[in-house]
Amino acid sequence: MNKLSWFNVVSLTLGFAFLYIPMIILIIFSFNESKLVTVWAGFSTKWYGELMQNEAFLNAAWVTVKVAVFSSTIATVLGTMAAYVLVRGGRFLGRTLFSGMIYAPLVMPEVITGLSLLLLFIGIGLDRGVLTIVLAHTTFSMCYVSVVVSSRLVTFDRSLEEAALDLGCSAAEAFRLVTLPIIAPAVISGWLLAFTLSLDDLVIASFTSGPSATTLPIKIFSAVRLGVSPEINALSTLMIAVVTVGVITASLVSKRATLRQKQDEQAAAREA
Amino acid sequence: MNTSVFAPWEDPNAKPLISFRNVTKRFGSFTAIDNLSLDIFEKEFFALLGPSGCGKTTMMRMLAGFETVTEGTIELAGQDIAAVPPNKRAVNMMFQSYALFPHLSVWENIAFGLRRDKMPKQDLEARVEEMLKLTRLEKFARRKPHQISGGQRQRVALARSLAKAPKLLLLDEPLGALDKKLRQDTQFELMDIQESTGTTFVIVTHDQEEAMTVASRVAVMDEGLLKQVATPDRIYETPNSVYVADFIGDVNIIQGRTTTANEGTYRVDWAEGQAALNATSATEFSNDQTCHLAIRPEKITITADRPENADNVVQGKVHDIAYLGNLSTYYVELSNGTMIKAQAANTRRISRRSFTWEDPVWLSWTATAGVLLAN
Repeated sequence: MNKLSWFNVVSLTLGFAFLYIPMIILIIFSFNESKLVTVWAGFSTKWYGELMQNEAFLNAAWVTVKVAVFSSTIATVLGTMAAYVLVRGGRFLGRTLFSGMIYAPLVMPEVITGLSLLLLFIGIGLDRGVLTIVLAHTTFSMCYVSVVVSSRLVTFDRSLEEAALDLGCSAAEAFRLVTLPIIAPAVISGWLLAFTLSLDDLVIASFTSGPSATTLPIKIFSAVRLGVSPEINALSTLMIAVVTVGVITASLVSKRATLRQKQDEQAAAREA
Repeated sequence: MNTSVFAPWEDPNAKPLISFRNVTKRFGSFTAIDNLSLDIFEKEFFALLGPSGCGKTTMMRMLAGFETVTEGTIELAGQDIAAVPPNKRAVNMMFQSYALFPHLSVWENIAFGLRRDKMPKQDLEARVEEMLKLTRLEKFARRKPHQISGGQRQRVALARSLAKAPKLLLLDEPLGALDKKLRQDTQFELMDIQESTGTTFVIVTHDQEEAMTVASRVAVMDEGLLKQVATPDRIYETPNSVYVADFIGDVNIIQGRTTTANEGTYRVDWAEGQAALNATSATEFSNDQTCHLAIRPEKITITADRPENADNVVQGKVHDIAYLGNLSTYYVELSNGTMIKAQAANTRRISRRSFTWEDPVWLSWTATAGVLLAN
């Protein structure tokens, strides 16, 4: 292993400092005894305790999770279907237009997406609540799913599907028994991406949420406008913890799978 | 059981298992298969041979049902199969990439097709075990495809495609991914399995040696046309065109003009200052017709002294020697610059060979050694 030069050390430090100092400060102050956010008065976990008593936050957290689960699931189904047709459908009239259109929401400003959804919901007389947020989140996250899944499908060996047909599968069976299990990792990461996007979203949710349902980002944002409280710091720290655990688990699992595959292949090569 | 040679293609009453009738396949403006007719019989091991892009894979994919026919019909056991989707055809295919399902074990891969047929559990298990035994894979039944070697994967693919006992098995470059030694062993294994199961095999390959080894008949294809369909020895010994002669094995092609000498024998004038060559031919040539004399290198004798009583003798000097261990190929340059390849078995140690680079040598061959071709 090469020793790091001083230049590399400095760039590494600067880069990571830039990324993580704000979060570290937030975590440190979530354990602050004092109610004043910027003055350190000793270690305490009391804000975590208070957070657990706060009905409004807990409700918002529950709504957020519900919305994320439903919207990412629907988005995964729709996004996978769209990706499959666009990659496998061959040439049909308007294919280029469709594949362009599916990626358009990726670059569309969120404000516009939010506003147009709001107008739609008002237009059809749908009361804003959990349902409208789910619909809105499905709309913008399905194109992310479709991007992830179609990039996997492009490298998918078509002869696997042909083999399934050849062995007696109908097209639907071939998809269910062969294609889906093989592209499952991409579908799952698409789901996780959609889930995270839904958890994070503030702009679109604020357009489509109503008095009956508020998501956590909206709650935090409106609370901060009245002044940052240590309670918010505690809540944010918890969210960081959840995300960190998730990311680390995911990377460990995939690393172990790659390692095992490598070992298996080496074992096979030795025996050959 | 009669012991006569297996040759249903010579029996006018034999019913073909597959017949292509004036089949044309176009992809846009490109014609992949051009008005082609061909009969393949039951229990045949039929090889489609040709360079890449000659249409051999298209033929196979039309049989499997992955491509539709533009014009003409393909019949399987007397039935037009145009409207039958791939999953309803009694045809199975072994893919070039093997296309093993990576998420299923070897056992489940082989059972896959049987499960689609809703075969009862006991029969299914017995059939899978039978296939594992046939392909000597019992030890690897629980492994996943990435846990076995390339040769084993090839056998899994074969077992999976044979499990449903298809009327016809299609093999797309089945040995292409194996190294040479393994490929040779596997060729004989394939022949054994073909014989013991009695399945009709159609194999696609660009490897002429492979086609010659395994097949009962070989079809040489070029640009969507069948150039010649015959048994391997006839393809090699009596090619019907320069293309076939040149594609299969090594050959010397000498262009010249014919003069009839006797019934069935011709004199070929081929170069200024060189004696005319004698050759026999079953097909007729008129006087002064352009012809190509095709002679295999191993049918030319190379000697240091002028042989007596040879039908054809030419002199040259050794330009190059390709030493192959058991054989050597001599590139002999004639006085007019023509290069002739002659092959001889290295029956003596190489140090005792009576000629080497730049030595003058005599090449000789009989009148029946070569084939006269019109084009």
